[in-house]
Amino acid sequence: MPQIEKNGVKVWQVRDRKSQLTRWGMWFVLVLVFVWSWQVISDNTLWALMGNVGEVTIDITSRAMPPRWSYMDKLWKPIWDTLNIATLGTVISLMIAVPVAFMAARNTTPSRLFVRPIALLIIVSSRSVNSLIWALLLVSIVGPGVFAGLIAISIRSIGFCAKLLYEAIEEIDENQVEAITATGATRWQIMVYGIIPQIMPAFAGIAVFRWDINIRESTVLGLVGAGGIGLQLSSSLNTIAWPQVSLILLIILVAVVISEWVSAKVRGAII
Amino acid sequence: MTAALDVRLGTVWKKPPFIKKRSTRILILVMVVIYVFMATIGTRGVANYLAVFGIVEEGFKFGVVDRYLTGIDVNWSRIQRGMARGMQFIGGFFHPDFNTHWVDIKQGMYESVVMTIASTVVGIAISIPIALGAARNIAPLPVYLICRFIITISRALNELIVAIILVAILGFGPLAGFITLSFATIGFLAKLLAEEIEDMNKVQAEAVESTGANWLQRVNFGVQPQVMPRLIGLSMYRLDINFRESAVLGLVGAGGIGATLNTAFDRYEFSTVAAILLIIIGTVMVLEYLSGIIRARIK
Repeated sequence: MPQIEKNGVKVWQVRDRKSQLTRWGMWFVLVLVFVWSWQVISDNTLWALMGNVGEVTIDITSRAMPPRWSYMDKLWKPIWDTLNIATLGTVISLMIAVPVAFMAARNTTPSRLFVRPIALLIIVSSRSVNSLIWALLLVSIVGPGVFAGLIAISIRSIGFCAKLLYEAIEEIDENQVEAITATGATRWQIMVYGIIPQIMPAFAGIAVFRWDINIRESTVLGLVGAGGIGLQLSSSLNTIAWPQVSLILLIILVAVVISEWVSAKVRGAII
Repeated sequence: MTAALDVRLGTVWKKPPFIKKRSTRILILVMVVIYVFMATIGTRGVANYLAVFGIVEEGFKFGVVDRYLTGIDVNWSRIQRGMARGMQFIGGFFHPDFNTHWVDIKQGMYESVVMTIASTVVGIAISIPIALGAARNIAPLPVYLICRFIITISRALNELIVAIILVAILGFGPLAGFITLSFATIGFLAKLLAEEIEDMNKVQAEAVESTGANWLQRVNFGVQPQVMPRLIGLSMYRLDINFRESAVLGLVGAGGIGATLNTAFDRYEFSTVAAILLIIIGTVMVLEYLSGIIRARIK
């Protein structure tokens, strides 16, 4: 136990001198890096313009209020598109993610040497690139529209779903698989009766969780031209129509709250 | 014969269905099928199909609904033309071009990294008190509700939307991105940390309390040691997320590598795009590897 002698009395301490010093050093480096970062941000900011930030905020808020409710008529279609991008995108990504997950999991992969690295590569490359960048790319390939957004969301979700799913597959109880194997079941039967029932709750949870995330992401895909309500948002922003912007933001907020509520309910019902 | 055999052998076992009630099962299936049709080909497409089978007349309209429930129209000729570009993009990864716009890439990356670090630090610093307030077992109800409200708002607003608003108020530059990411960090970190605090072992906090410790000491010696590993793990994870997000904030003018990336896309310079994406993926992988090491050492 680390302690220190003070006037012949032993005083208990949380840490000894060495670990205390390393801790102090780490904090020092952290603060140093932070101060440097802040310095760079500060250098790249025109502080002279910051004087009237309060006025600008009040100005924009007063222009944005009240929202232009009549604009709602033009928003139903984009809302429907957004919902479709998120839902169909999740479905498509799950169709691809399930086989990828089975190929990536150590206990179910057909070949650890060849197939597993490929599956892991698919997962990593889909995960490291933001859905907006995927959308940007797809807009330039398939043209602007809902289809680009749908594909972007699907590609982005593959990595996420496959990663969580293959971790769930690796954590299954091997005894059940062995029991099924002992009956003389084929490879597919083992999968259907031994593995799938075990990962079903995880699968449903992942699907709903990703759907919730996809609703959020599909609301902004339109900013790069990939369909959905973001398209209206960006055109409203470009024409500085603040009442429309505030209405759209309100709708996005409501949509996100509803989707989170739905996903929480469904997950609660499954697990 | 077979019926008699079935009686002696027993009927064959069948996997129990996922949804027990038969009518619910069929209802859900029908609703799913209808939705998928509506979402993919729209009410117009559905009407056309129905007309083919003679169920409705040619040119049948669902009325006002047709205007809203459109499907996803895929423009195949546009895709065919775009495929060449797609190939160029994939080809770009085999000869990424780091040199032509190296100055821009360097500047963008520099800004991204700086924004990531500063916003993660500030975000964590703000999240910790909010997480303490959002844990029901150590915070009184009014504080709990306020903190939960802050978390909900931060989680509900997409980073990009916050960035757009902030760019409108603060002007272009990394400051808007920095504030956006800090704000987004709060929703993520405070929520997960609060859940961790709520799940903690009560006995340790009670032991500290029984020594006559005040609230602050209780949090520092009873709660903090229990949640510290998770906090560090989450912080590393958030650093990773913030970096990835900082790569897109540039699209709306909030600083970082995104602006460079957007320009490269607009000019169809796919070798430069590939170079930037490779740098982003590389950095993310390094960060993930580092966070893996740090998390393993803490546990």
